[in-house]
Amino acid sequence: MGCCRAGRDELMPERTVILNAPAIQRALTRIAHEIAERNEAGNEVVLVGIQRGGVALAQRLGHLLSGIWGHSVQVGKLDVSMHRDDLDQRVAPEVQPTVIPFDVTDKTVVLVDDVLYSGRTTRAAMDALNDFGRPKRIQLAVLVDRGHRELPVKADFVGKNLPTAQSETVRVHLAETGEADEVVLEKELP
Amino acid sequence: MKSSSRKNSHEWEAERLEPPPVPDLSGPWRGTGRFSFSPPTPPLPAMSWNRKHLLDIESLTTDEILTVLDTARAFKAVGERAIKKVPALRGKTVVNLFIEPSTRTRISFQLSEQRLSADIINFTAEASSLKKGETLKDTARNLEALNADFIVIRHSASGAPHFLARVLNASIINAGDGAHEHPTQALLDTFTIREKKGRIAGLNITILGDVLYSRVARSDLWALTKLGAKVTFCGPSTLVPREFEQMGARVTHDVEEAIRDADIINLLRIQHERQRKTMFPSLGEYTSLFGLNKDRLARTKPDALIMHPGPINRGVEIDSEIADCPRSVILEQVTNGLAVRMAVLFLVNGGKGPQEISA
Repeated sequence: MGCCRAGRDELMPERTVILNAPAIQRALTRIAHEIAERNEAGNEVVLVGIQRGGVALAQRLGHLLSGIWGHSVQVGKLDVSMHRDDLDQRVAPEVQPTVIPFDVTDKTVVLVDDVLYSGRTTRAAMDALNDFGRPKRIQLAVLVDRGHRELPVKADFVGKNLPTAQSETVRVHLAETGEADEVVLEKELP
Repeated sequence: MKSSSRKNSHEWEAERLEPPPVPDLSGPWRGTGRFSFSPPTPPLPAMSWNRKHLLDIESLTTDEILTVLDTARAFKAVGERAIKKVPALRGKTVVNLFIEPSTRTRISFQLSEQRLSADIINFTAEASSLKKGETLKDTARNLEALNADFIVIRHSASGAPHFLARVLNASIINAGDGAHEHPTQALLDTFTIREKKGRIAGLNITILGDVLYSRVARSDLWALTKLGAKVTFCGPSTLVPREFEQMGARVTHDVEEAIRDADIINLLRIQHERQRKTMFPSLGEYTSLFGLNKDRLARTKPDALIMHPGPINRGVEIDSEIADCPRSVILEQVTNGLAVRMAVLFLVNGGKGPQEISA
């Protein structure tokens, strides 16, 4: 998800830049090479970005990987709202488009998200992906792993491991949404 | 939610993932954090739906209507997949309480609920203890004792859903109450128009036929005028009284004038079952004066679309060949009805906010 918050917004949270634009680019380039290393020719690899934060990252990884492999890489986007496990405990989430214009059956699907936190979004994404076919395997790439898992989920490719407190908020800003590339840790002042 | 930010959402159709072009790793974005393969899209605001019930359109805000329409778009895509089912209402129980006969709305709700993985109880007037003298309140309380989470109610009395919302804890969805409202029909009509025309604001929409007895006409009027359309009611003066002007509709009894500038012609069925006395001399006279036939269609805008909530009476309010012509979107309305009803159930499931229910 775009931001993973715990606790309430304060007027002036303490703000620490964790990754700046070049660091995000380096992290993505490294992840792309790790994906390429793990999945040699890449003929059967597709990328699926999780709405909303993972979509732009999946696009960027797709561009990087097509450069490495020398052929185009298919990229889709997946909304997990209908597969969440907390739908009756919250206001209905805004449903974003799901566009997977290829068959995932027997493919290696790399799910891409911006922040890995509880692992519940990843579980919902794997559930949602099953409605589109039976992938050969699913791998998970995230820009930031902030810990505090509530499910047995582990990322295959991580841009930055970031130990956080649950009261802190990790925000990922990307150029695609009209902001400068930046990962920020926000800490509420006591 | 600002309505301006919603304008992006109808760009979904145009949104298709291009195959990635050959990457230019030396591009200007490298090292600057800028990456310009797609235009920046401003983040959408949080959902503006906090209602536990859907009782009518009249009390909804424009943003709430748009929220349903946008959500329905995602559910329409679900219906186009090989696996048309999502687990959003898994473990929830829905009672379809149809005290008044209905086939298409009931079937549409049932399939919508099944596609959301809900458990369903169907309850119709013919087979129920209402025939044995039980009151609506007792029937509903018995259903709630089964721990129903949602009650979808169709009733011949206006206000029956509002009454249930006051006495029960379940979420209530109005599937048509008397001649009052039919909110999901209005939402699916609005969804269909928006999908076909790309917008609602500024369109001329003519609703032709039995407006007096039509809950569809009332709900359509509320939904379409809130979104900026101009709505004209047309039909015999006995069925389209001038009083509707007070609700914001234009009223005319001249069918040629009503359809000349229309972008949408929404035909209503003549409801024999609701007419307690004869409101016009004969069906034949109605057809010749107000029925949509080839000659009349030729004098409309070439891109005017024909809608009908069904069931259609071929040869009465609509000529048979017109019902099947390419400008008719009657069957698409049926498909869109599923998506809209799924969206309503999905949104109401998350709604915990206080409800204003007038007595």
